[in-house]
This record gives sequence, structure tokens and C-alpha cells, in this order.
Amino acid sequence: MANTLLEFRNLKTYFYTEAGVVKAVNDVSFSIREGETVCVVGESGCGKSITAMSLMRLIPSPPGKIEGGEILYQGKDLLKLKDGEMRMLRGNEISMIFQEPMTSLNPVLKIGEQIMEPLIEHKFLSKREARQKAIELIEQVGIPRAAEIVDAYPHELSGGMRQRIMIAIALSCDPKLLIADEPTTALDVTIQAQILDLLRRLKQERNMSLMLITHDLGVVAEMADYVVVMYAGKVIEQAPVKEIFKNPRHPYTKGLLKAKPIIGQRTTRLYNIPGMVPNPIGLGDNCHFSDRCEHCMEICLTKQPQLKEDANGSKVACWLYEGEGA
Amino acid sequence: MSTTANVTANTKVKKMKSDSLWRSAFRRLRKNKMAMLGFFILIFMFLFSFIGPYLSPYLDAKISVRDANKPPSAEHWLGTDKLGRDMLLRLMEAGRISLLVGIVATSIIVIIGGTIGALAGFYGKWVDTLFMRFADIMYAIPTLPILITLGAIFSDLKVPPDSRIYYVMFIIGIISWMGLARLVRSQILSLKEQEFMLANEVLGIRDRRKIFRHLLPNTIPIIIVSATLWVANAILLESALSYLGLGVIPPTPSWGQMLSTANNMIDFKMRPWLWIPPGVCILLTVVSINFIGDGLRDALDPKQKR
Repeated sequence: MANTLLEFRNLKTYFYTEAGVVKAVNDVSFSIREGETVCVVGESGCGKSITAMSLMRLIPSPPGKIEGGEILYQGKDLLKLKDGEMRMLRGNEISMIFQEPMTSLNPVLKIGEQIMEPLIEHKFLSKREARQKAIELIEQVGIPRAAEIVDAYPHELSGGMRQRIMIAIALSCDPKLLIADEPTTALDVTIQAQILDLLRRLKQERNMSLMLITHDLGVVAEMADYVVVMYAGKVIEQAPVKEIFKNPRHPYTKGLLKAKPIIGQRTTRLYNIPGMVPNPIGLGDNCHFSDRCEHCMEICLTKQPQLKEDANGSKVACWLYEGEGA
Repeated sequence: MSTTANVTANTKVKKMKSDSLWRSAFRRLRKNKMAMLGFFILIFMFLFSFIGPYLSPYLDAKISVRDANKPPSAEHWLGTDKLGRDMLLRLMEAGRISLLVGIVATSIIVIIGGTIGALAGFYGKWVDTLFMRFADIMYAIPTLPILITLGAIFSDLKVPPDSRIYYVMFIIGIISWMGLARLVRSQILSLKEQEFMLANEVLGIRDRRKIFRHLLPNTIPIIIVSATLWVANAILLESALSYLGLGVIPPTPSWGQMLSTANNMIDFKMRPWLWIPPGVCILLTVVSINFIGDGLRDALDPKQKR
């Protein structure tokens, strides 16, 4: 089995707002192995993006603060690095792409210049070498006429092309880990499929790890090796992808899978999980999902379940499975 | 059928090539008649001032009192001044100084104002407070009194007339960068929250690059517009200074300084060729620069794209 590349250990990221403390990421632990694709899923506001931003150390402070835990990258704690050391990692060994390709490129700089920047910054290439490499990268992400596109401005490209350029920029320094924060949400469906194919191909070619943040279970099924399900700042279930889809354990995961439309089956109304995401301010000691859970028991209202590993290698935080496995 | 397809393909290729931010702005500028008029007048002024003197037969002429205060004639199109110098030639040479003052002073304003504004906006916190309070203090000092004081100091120090003009440029620059600094700062403040700056952060780009390659180029439209207006302002300020006898001093001519020679009743009433041409030059230059600035503001306004 491949080595662990990155490990979150009890990460806690809180936001101190006027209304109270928001525990955006509360005691999150999971790891990413070399060459593996880990999908982080959950609904809006469950802390997926904040987990990624904590990893990049880009939590706006104030109001945000990483209160505890460790993020181990190849055994080094990223949270203890100096700013300069962190800057050398960003874009070089860990890279990230965002949801909005339309605004992620600087409108006044040519595409080529923007791809060349990390190369000049981290790999110390000369301008000519960097330009050559930029053209290669544009070809690799599947854009024709690369030699012309280098000199184009962002507004001349479509959304899908810009997202490809973002990928080219992120991959320019051959990072070991790519974080993709909902990379396809802003794109239409056909382009989504192309971008995902591209990511998968590039990932395999480079033996890179991918941390894919999404709320689209279709994307998860297609891409993931391992799935982490988050709810209200906590990991509630994590398992290999087949296990999640075949044998979901947490009631929330089951609900998510039931809420997904299945092609060829016509139902009048899709299932939805009753209730709302709880207010992130002032969450109690209960299981945060308890008020929406069909299987809610007495213990759920008073104590929080811990993430426990079961016989199949998947981990779940739910009182239903207490006493099984471990 | 096929020809139309060809034509559309052709226009597409052309568009692909020519549609950079600047070109499209320039295209819009060309449609602005007043701006183009200003542009041509300004070009004429430059040619007039920088090339014109070489075409004058009086380039090496000595002072001759015999020819003093002659009205316009075939030999001297704009007459002569009280030392018998050809007014047309003097007007050209004065134009050099005035335009130079405008451009150099504006460059100084752009460099100081742009840098301070960018640093204050980018780093925020105490850096911002420090620079912006300093700018407030500079703002609070009235311009003319400080210029008059400095001018008096120069006179006392007997700064040679040749180098005095550079001091004037420099002083105009360092007492008027604040407006631009505030403008740039406010732009940077909003730009640095844009998504592409987060993307830069993630790529580990260093601060210097972020400020000078990513943020400042985005503020160039605003800098250009306010800079053109500052060229005009600086020319006027220099004229005012010279008129008060604090800027350029004779024999170096400048338009403002030429105006000031007509500050007695006889010259004013009897010899209008001494002061009307420099006045018209100042007016034309300043107005045309202002037209260009206005046109640029419209052309570079991203809201009315295409």
C-alpha cells in the first residue's frame, strides 16, 4: 500500500463571529495516500472548503483561527511552518484549483504569463524555458492551438478553457497534491465530464494525489478512491468508494444516496432528508444529525458518537453501530 | 454561402488577434472626436516645441536691441520681445520646458503615488495607517504658500536657472502625489479581494510580484486617466509659479514665465503679441490633454465594454 502523503489529525478551525463561535471544522481527521483520490462530500457549509483552506493556511484571520490539531504533509506539520516555507510549498508541492474559473485568472495578464509565474517562482526557469513549458502544459490540458493561446487574454477563452488553464497553472510545478474545490460546479455538464476526465488522466500520469471537494455524488462515484463524508464540521463517515455506495452506514450518507436521481427510474419526487442543517453557532454535545435522523435514540441527544473503524475498513460516527467491529 | 462563412471566419481570426484590453480601449477612443482632436493638437504642440526650433532662422541669433518690441511681421511672425528675440522661437523653446515639466512632474506623481497607494492598500493595517495619515498631512498643507516659500528659498540659495527647472518638477511632484495614492489604494483594496488574488496566494507567488505584476496593472486605466489630468495641472502650476517669479527664471523661457513678462501696463495694452501666444498655447495644451483624459476615462471604463 502506498505511503501516506497528507494526514489531518484532529483539525479544529473556528471562526469567531459576533454571534458566537462557529466551529467550521471540528475535530477532523483523515489521510490521503500517494496517488489516491479522496473525495470530501457534504452539503454547503459543512466545512469541506474550510478544511482545504486550513491545509493551504489561507484561513482569513481574524475572524478565523486554527485552534488545534495537526496537518502532516510528508511527516511535517504544515501548521508549524514559517510563512516563507509555506509559500514555497504552495503551488510547488501542493496546488489548488477553484470553483470559479471565470474570475480566477487575472484579466490583464496573458494566459502564458500566468502559467509561467509559478515556474519562474518555484522552479527558477528562465523566461524562455518557462514559456516553452507553458505551451506544453496548454497542450497537455487539451487545448488546441497552444502556441496562440499562450498570448491570449483570459476574456478570450470560454469557461471550460479557463478551467483547463487553471489546471495547467496548478500542475505547472508537478505538485504532489492537488486540491480541487468543486472544480466543475460552475461548468455545464458536458464540460464537467471533460474536465473530470482530464483531471483523472493527469493524475494518473503524474502519480499525484487529488483531494476533490464536491457535493456531486456522480463525481464521487466516477473519481474517488476514498470518500470522506462531512456534516456540520465533522467527519461522520469515511470509507473506500465502493463501500460507501454499496454499504452506506451512517443515516446521513444513506439519505444523501437516496436523494440522488437514478437514470431510468421515474419517481414523482426525490427523497430529501427532513429538516435543515443545524445552525453552526452553539452546537451542543448531541449528535449534530440527531434532529434529522430517522433512527435517533436517546443516547444521540446527549452524547456525540466517535469515529470508529469497523471490520470492512470503513469508519463511521454513529451510535447505531456502537459495539460492532472494534 | 461559402463566401459569407469565409468572411465570418476571417473576422473571427482578426478579432482573436486584436482584442486585447488596450486595443479595444483604443478603438473606443478613436471614436471619440474631442479626444482625437485633443490628441492631434497635443502632437502638434510636441512637434512645435521639440522640432520647431530647428526650423527657425533665429536659432543662433544674438540679442539685438535694435529689433526690440517689434510687432508681428514677415520676418518675425509673432514679433519680438524687449530684447529683440524672436517670439515664435521663444514660444517653441518655452513649450519644451512646459511640456517637460508636465510630463516629468506627472511621472514623479505616478511613481510616488502609485507605490505608496499600492503598498498601503496591499498590506493594510499599520502600513496603511502610516502612509494614509502622512498623505492627509501633506494634503493639509496648502499648495501655493509652500511653493512660494520654496521658491524664495531657491532664490536665496542662488540655484542656477538651468537646474532650477528640475527642482520645480520635483517639487510639483512631491506635493501632489496624494490624490493618486488614495485612488490607487482604494482600487487595490477591492482588487485584492478578487478570486484571482486567492489563486495567486495558492500558487505561492511572492508579495512583490503580486503587487507589481497583478495588482498595479489592473489599476493602470485609472492611473492613466488621472495622470493625463495631472500633466495639465502641472503645466498650469508651473505657469502660476513662473508668473509669480518662483518657477523658471529668465533667460530660460516657459509659457508661464513668458506671460509674466507682460505684467506691466504698457506691455499688456500695447504689445499683445508678447502674452497672447503663450496664453493660447497653455490653453490649447491643457484643454486638449483634458479632452484626452476624458476620452480615456470613457474608453477604459470596463462597464461599457464593446
